[in-house]
Amino acid sequence: MSAGTDGRATAAGTYAPRPGAAPLSRMIAAQAALETRMLLRNGEQLLLTVVIPTLLLVLFSAVDIVDTGAGEAVDFLAPGILALAVMSTAFTGQAIATGFERRYGVLKRLAVSPLPRWGLMTAKTLSVLVTEVLQVVLVTVIALTLGWSPQGGPLAVLLLLVLGTAAFSGLGLLMAGTLKAEATLAAANLVFLLLLVGGGVIVPLDRFPPVAQDVLGLLPISALSDGLRDVLQHGAGTPWGDLAVLAVWAVAGLAAAGRFFRWE
Amino acid sequence: MRSDPVVQVSGLVKRYGGRTAVAGLDLVARPGITAVLGPNGAGKTTTVESCEGYREPDSGTVRVLGLDPVREAAALRPRIGVMLQSGGVYSGARAGEMLRHVARLHAHPLDVDALTERLGLGGCGRTAYRRLSGGQQQRLALAMAVVGRPELVFLDEPTAGLDPQARRATWDLVRELRADGVSVILTTHHMDEAEQLADDVAIIDAGRVVVQGPPEELCRGGAENTLRFGGRPGLDMSSLLKALPAGSTADEPAPGSYRVGGQIDPQLLATVTTWCAQHGVMPEKISVERHTLEDVFLELTGKELRG
Repeated sequence: MSAGTDGRATAAGTYAPRPGAAPLSRMIAAQAALETRMLLRNGEQLLLTVVIPTLLLVLFSAVDIVDTGAGEAVDFLAPGILALAVMSTAFTGQAIATGFERRYGVLKRLAVSPLPRWGLMTAKTLSVLVTEVLQVVLVTVIALTLGWSPQGGPLAVLLLLVLGTAAFSGLGLLMAGTLKAEATLAAANLVFLLLLVGGGVIVPLDRFPPVAQDVLGLLPISALSDGLRDVLQHGAGTPWGDLAVLAVWAVAGLAAAGRFFRWE
Repeated sequence: MRSDPVVQVSGLVKRYGGRTAVAGLDLVARPGITAVLGPNGAGKTTTVESCEGYREPDSGTVRVLGLDPVREAAALRPRIGVMLQSGGVYSGARAGEMLRHVARLHAHPLDVDALTERLGLGGCGRTAYRRLSGGQQQRLALAMAVVGRPELVFLDEPTAGLDPQARRATWDLVRELRADGVSVILTTHHMDEAEQLADDVAIIDAGRVVVQGPPEELCRGGAENTLRFGGRPGLDMSSLLKALPAGSTADEPAPGSYRVGGQIDPQLLATVTTWCAQHGVMPEKISVERHTLEDVFLELTGKELRG
């Protein structure tokens, strides 16, 4: 930093005010790109979103550990792993990342930037969706190599994935916006593990006692994996019951997050 | 400079639970550099955060560039730059990446490379934020506050924990901002920083502004200054006192060590040396003790430690 002739390190007028927000679309795109980069760069996040789902899919397809009922194991597993992928990104990953952004003052700093809060939330959602697309492609390719033969209509699948994302995002943001970052980290991982076991992802729900089945069936992960399985494994039409469960979770979760989220 | 104020706070009250953080505070900041000083817990941060739109006043009004920071936040945010005391950056983001991102949120940002170079961050553009030193993190936060070419910048303790070189680089940048027409609101614990930089100083204590004015005016007012000199012991102080203007004091606190109190100006100094010449005294070690901002600050806010 060498001083100029007038004793300044920079030319006079360099910092002359010229304020203005960038176009909204550019701000949101920039924010979404940054959030996605942060996520893909984070080792722990990749473990949750990529490594664990892939490992479970390959392992449980190859080795007959859990009785997945009649038919190919991969036909049962692939829809469950897709549901897990959605949960890992929209819920676990988003909760942990947002919790630490809140803790490190990132949300506070962005709150005084020209990017409006809803713009930040839109960018976060876009980043989650981009990650999910990558996950779905990866899981689909692996499952197809393992002999997966998916049934059903893509529209119903898309609807389930979108509503599932909304439901998990609401719950993830609720957690991130109300708990301490460390508590969010612990709780999000614990919930991930519990829902992985008890949400029909790799263990069919009918392995549980009937009373437990009724309760577990109402969880968003169960609704998502059950719905995806109805369509992709059994070729069913639109699984309205599961969509309804997801819709209720989505509305309740997003409303609670909107109400209780604390930015600092 | 009597133009429109950049910040106008009147009757601001903010309570957290039962604790009153700000108790009817009035503050007007004109274009230029305004330093907000105060002991810990005096209400500095609450006041500044109310201006930034983070806090909604319990009562009173806050106007920044003529806008309500809470209700008109969307219009205000592009026009201000904010440097938080700490954090504000994704822990996994690289320094250059984060600055470039903030630049992208603005319509006419500064040249990011030139700014990083200017702040001595050129070499750490690809370093992850969490691996930057404390001083580098501070400078990145400063860069993030100015990159959008704002009209008004809020700097919360911008040189806390900086080494002298980095501190000076920050001061230089703040002066350049001012020269280019950017107004600055600065909170600091460093009295010399306020004396060096500020056009105007507001001292806050117990949730109120206790005094506000240009630093040289604050130092002149308040307590009287002192002139000291040495000479042979036992000089006749009553004779000196007769030569001095009314209201002055003169004594010999220790043998051969003399002290004159009052309005110490060039005229008074001449009077003292003339008196010495008339009495055949060679005054040694003449010193004028000018009050520093720190003296004024301690006088107004007390010397006991705050929480």
